[in-house]
Amino acid sequence: MKITREEVAYVAHLARLEFSEAEEELFTGQLNDILLYMDKLNEVDTAGVEPLSHAISLSNAFREDRVQESLSQDLSLANAPDPRGEFFRVPKVIE
Amino acid sequence: MELYASTIHELQDKIRNGDVTSTDIVQSVFSRIDAVEEKVHAYITLMRQSALEEANIADQRIRAGEIKALTGIPIALKDIYCTQGVRTTCGSRILEHFVPPYDATVVVKLREAGAIFTGKTNMDEFAMGSSTETSYYGVTRNPWDLERIPGGSSGGSAAAVAADECIAALGSDTGGSIRQPAALCGVVGMKPTYGRVSRFGLVAFASSLDQIGPFTKDVEDCAILMNVIAGHDPRESTSVPVDVPDYRDYLNRGVDGWTVGIPREYFVGGIDPEVRAAVEQAIKTVEGLGAKCREISLPHTDYCVAVYYIIAPAEASSNLARYDGVKYGFRAAECRDLLDMYKKTRSAGFGAEVKRRIMLGTYALSSGYYDAYYKKASQVRGLIKRDFDEALKDCDVILTPTTTTPAFKVGEKMDDPIGMYLSDIFTISANLAGIPGISLPCGYSHKGLPIGMQFVAGHFEEGKLLQISSAYERHAQIEKRRPNL
Repeated sequence: MKITREEVAYVAHLARLEFSEAEEELFTGQLNDILLYMDKLNEVDTAGVEPLSHAISLSNAFREDRVQESLSQDLSLANAPDPRGEFFRVPKVIE
Repeated sequence: MELYASTIHELQDKIRNGDVTSTDIVQSVFSRIDAVEEKVHAYITLMRQSALEEANIADQRIRAGEIKALTGIPIALKDIYCTQGVRTTCGSRILEHFVPPYDATVVVKLREAGAIFTGKTNMDEFAMGSSTETSYYGVTRNPWDLERIPGGSSGGSAAAVAADECIAALGSDTGGSIRQPAALCGVVGMKPTYGRVSRFGLVAFASSLDQIGPFTKDVEDCAILMNVIAGHDPRESTSVPVDVPDYRDYLNRGVDGWTVGIPREYFVGGIDPEVRAAVEQAIKTVEGLGAKCREISLPHTDYCVAVYYIIAPAEASSNLARYDGVKYGFRAAECRDLLDMYKKTRSAGFGAEVKRRIMLGTYALSSGYYDAYYKKASQVRGLIKRDFDEALKDCDVILTPTTTTPAFKVGEKMDDPIGMYLSDIFTISANLAGIPGISLPCGYSHKGLPIGMQFVAGHFEEGKLLQISSAYERHAQIEKRRPNL
C-alpha cells in the first residue's frame, strides 16, 4: 500500500476537505493506483539533474512602485457570500 | 453556404465588400445555436443579447470604414476567462454565481480587435479532465457522434467550433486541453509557447503549464487569432517580452528543405491502427512538400504522464486553496466554526476529479514525500525538456499523432482515472517543455470520427507551426466534411 486510509484522512484535513466513509475508501484505492503508476519515475536516474519549475527562465518582473487604480471596495465585496459593511464576514474564530 | 459555417477570413472579405453585416453573421450563428445546442451542449452561458447589441455597434463602425482584425466576428470563450459582468464558473459549482469585476487580458484584446462574444463554453471542472465530463453543468457531446466525448478540458470550445455554434473560440491548454479536443472534434487548435499569451484573468489550474490558445476552422484563422492574443502583458509576470511577428506572413510559404522529426516513442503500442495509418499518410504528404522526415528519439516520453500528474495536481492544490467560501464563490450553510466552514464549502463545492487532484497534490507536497514525488518529477521534467532541446537542434518541427485514438464514448473512462490521464500522453510533453504545439485534422476513422496530427516546435516558433500546417492543409486536401447534426 502506498497510502493508507488514515493517511487519506490526514491529507484531506490538510487540504480542508472531508469525505464520507465510502468516498474515503474509493479515494484510497484510486490514489494507491495512481501513486503506484508514479513509481515509474524511479527508473530514471536523476542524480545531479536540476529540478525544472518553469520551462521559460525569466527573472523577476519588477515595476515602479506607483499607486495605480485598483478595484473599489464595492466591487471587491460584490461576490462575497457574506459581506457586512466594509468586511468579509466569517464564522466566529475566537471564543 | 450558411454564414455560420464560414471562417473568419471568409467573413472578413464579405464584410469588407459590404456583402454581409455583423448582425447577419451574429443572427446566423445564434440560429445555428438554437438548432443544435440542445444536442451538443457546448455552452454554459450564452451572451445573445449583448452579442446582438455589439453587432449593431460593429455595423456602425464598418459603415464608417473602421474595420479591425476581428470586427463583427462571433467568438466563443471557454468559461475559464474572467469576463466583466458575465458569470465565470470554470465548470465548477464553487464558482456558480461568480461574476468577475474585470476582464482577462485576452478578453480585452479580442474586444479591442472588434470581436463579438457568443458565450462561455463548457469545460471540465477547473480544466481537470480530458472529456468535458467533469463539468458541474453537464456533459458536452461530440458533434460528430453524440454518444462520444468531445475531448477536454476545452471540449465546449472545440465542439462549438465543430458544430458551427461560433466562428472560432479560445481555450486553455495545461496538458493538451486545446490540442486533444481539437483533434477529436476535427478542428485546428494551438497551444502557444508558455508566456506567449497573457494568463491575466485566466482562472489558474497549474500555473507553470497553463497557456491560452485558439480553436479555429482552418490554419489561416489560427494565425489571425494568434495575431490578436499574443504579446507581453505587464500585468502578468510570466508573460514574456518577446516581439510578436505577423503570423499571417508564415502562411503559404512552403517547407521545402525542412527537416521534420518523427519521434519513434510516439508510434508504439496502444495507438489505434486508423490513427497510425492517418498520421503515416500525413508524413508522406509532408515529404511530398519537400521536407525531409527523419526518425528521432525523445527518450523520456514514457515518463511524461507520471511527471505531469504530480506537477499539475501539486500546483492545483496550491492554486485552489483560494476557494475557501470567504471572498467569493459558494459557501456551505450551517457551519460550526471556520474550519468546519472551509471543509464543508470545499467538499460540497468541488467535484470528484478536482478533489482527487487536490488530494494527490497535497500528498505530493506534504512533509516527507516532497523529494520522492515533486522534486523527482521536476527533475524528470528537466530531462524531458532537454530531449526536446536536443531534438530541435536538428529538426524544424516534430510531427506526432495528437491522440492515441479517436473520440471515446461518454462514460467510458469516468471510473478509470489513469486510463483518462493516459489520453493526454502525446500532448503533455509540450506543456512540460513549454514549447508550442498545434493539432490539425489529418483524416477520419471508418466510423467517420476525425483524427488529428500534432506539430511541435521550439520556444516562440509558432510561426513555423503555422507555416507547415498551412502547407499541409493546402496540399493534403483532407475532405472537408461537416458533422451531421
